[in-house]
Amino acid sequence: MASFWEYANPLKFMRTTDWLLPIVATAAVLVTATGLIWGFFFTPDDFRQGSTVKIVFIHVPAAMMAINAWVMMLVASLVWLIRRHHVSALAAKAAAPVGLVMTLIGLVTGAVWGQPMWGTWWAWDPRLTSFLILMLFYLGYIALWSAIDDPDTGADLTAVLCLVGSVFAVLSRYAAIFWNQGLHQGASLSVAPGTRMDWAYKAPLYTCMVGFGLIFLTLVLAGTRTEIRARRMKALVARERMA
Amino acid sequence: MTALLMRDLRLAFRAGGGFGLGLAFFLILAVLVPLGVGPEPQTLAVIAPGILWVGALLACLLSLDRIFALDFEDGSLDLLATAPVPLEAAVSIKALAHWLTTGLPLVLISPVLGLLLFLPAEAYVWLIVSLGVGTPALSVIGTFGAALTVGLKRGGLLLSLLVLPLYIPTLVFGAEVVSRGAMGLAVNTPLALLAGITAGAVAILPFASAHVLRINLR
Repeated sequence: MASFWEYANPLKFMRTTDWLLPIVATAAVLVTATGLIWGFFFTPDDFRQGSTVKIVFIHVPAAMMAINAWVMMLVASLVWLIRRHHVSALAAKAAAPVGLVMTLIGLVTGAVWGQPMWGTWWAWDPRLTSFLILMLFYLGYIALWSAIDDPDTGADLTAVLCLVGSVFAVLSRYAAIFWNQGLHQGASLSVAPGTRMDWAYKAPLYTCMVGFGLIFLTLVLAGTRTEIRARRMKALVARERMA
Repeated sequence: MTALLMRDLRLAFRAGGGFGLGLAFFLILAVLVPLGVGPEPQTLAVIAPGILWVGALLACLLSLDRIFALDFEDGSLDLLATAPVPLEAAVSIKALAHWLTTGLPLVLISPVLGLLLFLPAEAYVWLIVSLGVGTPALSVIGTFGAALTVGLKRGGLLLSLLVLPLYIPTLVFGAEVVSRGAMGLAVNTPLALLAGITAGAVAILPFASAHVLRINLR
């Protein structure tokens, strides 16, 4: 049985993702397209929200991936700090911009939906506020990566920032709840009995969530491969200079 | 360790060490806000807790890069890292020195600025208490940020981008204590949460700061 840690070897990682990436990318496109088309054209309008409800098929998956991307960065940072696998640090680096864009999509689609429904683009609601704060954490993380030249130092420092930032991001989340009771509805999906969403919406929504997850995986894998190649190029240039 | 504390304090007080700069900034902010939003006492009284807390936050931020930058340049930080005193302790001492030269004066001067902003009379005691409880967290969190960016050129702006999001919980609970105090409500919950953040930050963050310092000194 091959160990998961084998993929910490950049060579093995590159070789595997070589054939894996096109498959994941194709699946991502197909699943997301299916989910979105299904959601946009083959679901009924909500009797109160009309067709604006359909933005949920982008909003919820993007918001979910925005948080999941940070969690993935947290895990990758821990792996880097504990086992010092370079691929892990590079994957965390590659995930940050994707997470940032997902956060932005969540905020923008929320604003577009909020304008007709709540009558405002923005409200200082705990969920909205925490997402804005999450965006600041992403910005800080990306800025720190880009400010440091030495890749190992950069990986170390950003990993620690990710750990500390996670704690404070969670604190901020609860601080925001404490600070202002909100306008945003509760969780769209819940495992508790008596969920509020009909299967007509839920099925395409789940499809979109899987699709967004696959998009995230595609982008992270592609980004990590780019980072590995950039690292190799740097090593080659350094070797040329030595010779 | 006492020697280190005394040295940092002396450096801050003497020879343009930046002591007082934070205070002056705090004062200027309290002057600028009424100029910006108008002199009506009712308006100012409502926003005073927030302004004072945001001002304390920014004044604190202003002096953060001094914590390690000078020591890093002249090499004394390397000596500290190799000294028999654990680096975690040295970092805590530096945070304490930062608090004594920035946070504590802010706490002491805040009632005067509260007066300028028409802070309701019931809120003064809670302003002092919340700043007294909360500013140590600002210093400790800021020390972590300073340790992260110590090796970087043009680290100042980056430092604010990194540290300000980390200040959010402290700010929320701190300002909440003051505004609840101003309205005559019970302040136990936010005050306890604020104290919790300070205690947690003081207990844990020096280890993270020392860790990133060691990375930066590598």
